[in-house]
Amino acid sequence: MKYLQKSGRLCLVALLALLAFQPAQMRAAEEGGTDVDVKEIVLGHMSDAYDWHITTWDGHHISIPLPVIVKGETSGWHVFSSSRIAEGETYEGFYINEEKNGKIYEKLTDGTEVRPLDLSITKDVLQIWIVVALMLTIFLGAARWYRKRDCSADAPKGFVGLVEMFVMMVYDDIIKPSIGEKLCKPYAPFLLTAFFFIFITNLLGLLPIFPGGANVTGNITITFFLAFCVMLIINLFGNKEYWKEIFWPDVPTWLKLPVPLMPVIELFGIFTKPFALMVRLFANMMGGHATILSLTCVIFITCQMGIAIGASLSFVSFLLMIFMNALELLVAFIQAYVFTMLSAVFIGLAHPEPHAHAEKA
Amino acid sequence: MQLPSILSPDLGLLFWMLVAFLIVFVVLAKYGFPVIIKMVDDRKNYIDESLKNAREANEKLANIKSECENILKEAHEQQAQILKDAMATRDNIIKDAREKALAEGHRLLDEAKAQISVEKENALRDIRSTVADLSVQIAEKVMRRQLEKDTEQEQYIERLLNELTPKN
Repeated sequence: MKYLQKSGRLCLVALLALLAFQPAQMRAAEEGGTDVDVKEIVLGHMSDAYDWHITTWDGHHISIPLPVIVKGETSGWHVFSSSRIAEGETYEGFYINEEKNGKIYEKLTDGTEVRPLDLSITKDVLQIWIVVALMLTIFLGAARWYRKRDCSADAPKGFVGLVEMFVMMVYDDIIKPSIGEKLCKPYAPFLLTAFFFIFITNLLGLLPIFPGGANVTGNITITFFLAFCVMLIINLFGNKEYWKEIFWPDVPTWLKLPVPLMPVIELFGIFTKPFALMVRLFANMMGGHATILSLTCVIFITCQMGIAIGASLSFVSFLLMIFMNALELLVAFIQAYVFTMLSAVFIGLAHPEPHAHAEKA
Repeated sequence: MQLPSILSPDLGLLFWMLVAFLIVFVVLAKYGFPVIIKMVDDRKNYIDESLKNAREANEKLANIKSECENILKEAHEQQAQILKDAMATRDNIIKDAREKALAEGHRLLDEAKAQISVEKENALRDIRSTVADLSVQIAEKVMRRQLEKDTEQEQYIERLLNELTPKN
């Protein structure tokens, strides 16, 4: 016990020492005495990028270059390393336009700047592929264990047992009760894939360095895609009763005719449900990342004010960061859980029992 | 004002997300999750069935036990019955034997008595005839010398006989 306390205190001291060093470095990087631009730092860290930035050392960016794949207006497909257009350079007419979210733009011969068709493997795309690789390894590895055994074998232990527990938790606690036992089978693979994709992406997003750290689920494109998939599933596989409830709901007739008030509201609901899914996941993950990054920035800002204030406030923000990271760990799971559960509930709502109405009428 | 990049949808990212998600979805929907879920369902059914079987086996065992007890009880009863029967039979046999022996004894006694009486009669008859013969012979021998005449002889014999008969 005493040992633990002692080593814990040692760790704290070491971390504080590290923190004390970093601001100095940062200040060196921001030569010229300019203030720390919190908004720029926070948004920059959360945004997608053409290279995987690791750190800035002595004024140089150290980053992993990633392939840029663009189709120019007239010049066709181009594939090159992102290091060629790093730090404001132009390659084959392509450059990163810092004014327009740091996206690649092409300067045409007549001087106009256009956005080319851009299928680059960006930081977020690489992060997605890392997650995909992880998921395939985890679940195909677990499935291989099952393929070799039959149902009379002992329940799996260790890693496969953990995977089974997790999968069955999602299946039994989220999917089954939300959709209903009879209908849940065909939707389970999608919902499970969505859950583990979001969950693993969220967790990797909390890592500060390479294999993780990209803010994928906090990017509206990703949450839009996931919510769009859910919307497609809800509306493509909804049964007759579901459509009847939208266009001819069980309400007094004057609400439906001559002004189709309820149908319009219900029709609107088709889009608001997935929209809520999209915004909820995006806002939660973005908010968490932004808070942690802002708290990190507090260290740099306060250290510009002086050593005493800097050290004391850094300590506070350091504690808050630990708290936020722990909270985000929880949020990573909760958001995956909530997204899956609401998707399952919406899918379940698209399969109302027809006879329930017949009884009411 | 321009939206930050995380709020502005990006075609490239969407494209790669679509590709990656579709791949992971298709592969896992085919080879990943259903395998795990099916296995767990199968295992659950297997466990349920095993439990049911165990319960049935237990019931059977209990039945067999009670059956065993019944059989044992019956056997005991039978044994007691057989013993009782055997005792009764033994008693009967003894009784019969005794009766038979008694009857036989009586019969033998009667037979012996009858035989004795026949023998006695025979003996008496023998004795009588022997006595008669002897008497005749003696009388002959006596008479041959004294009586010459048959009539006399006959009269004498008659007289003798008359004398003898009442004595008899």
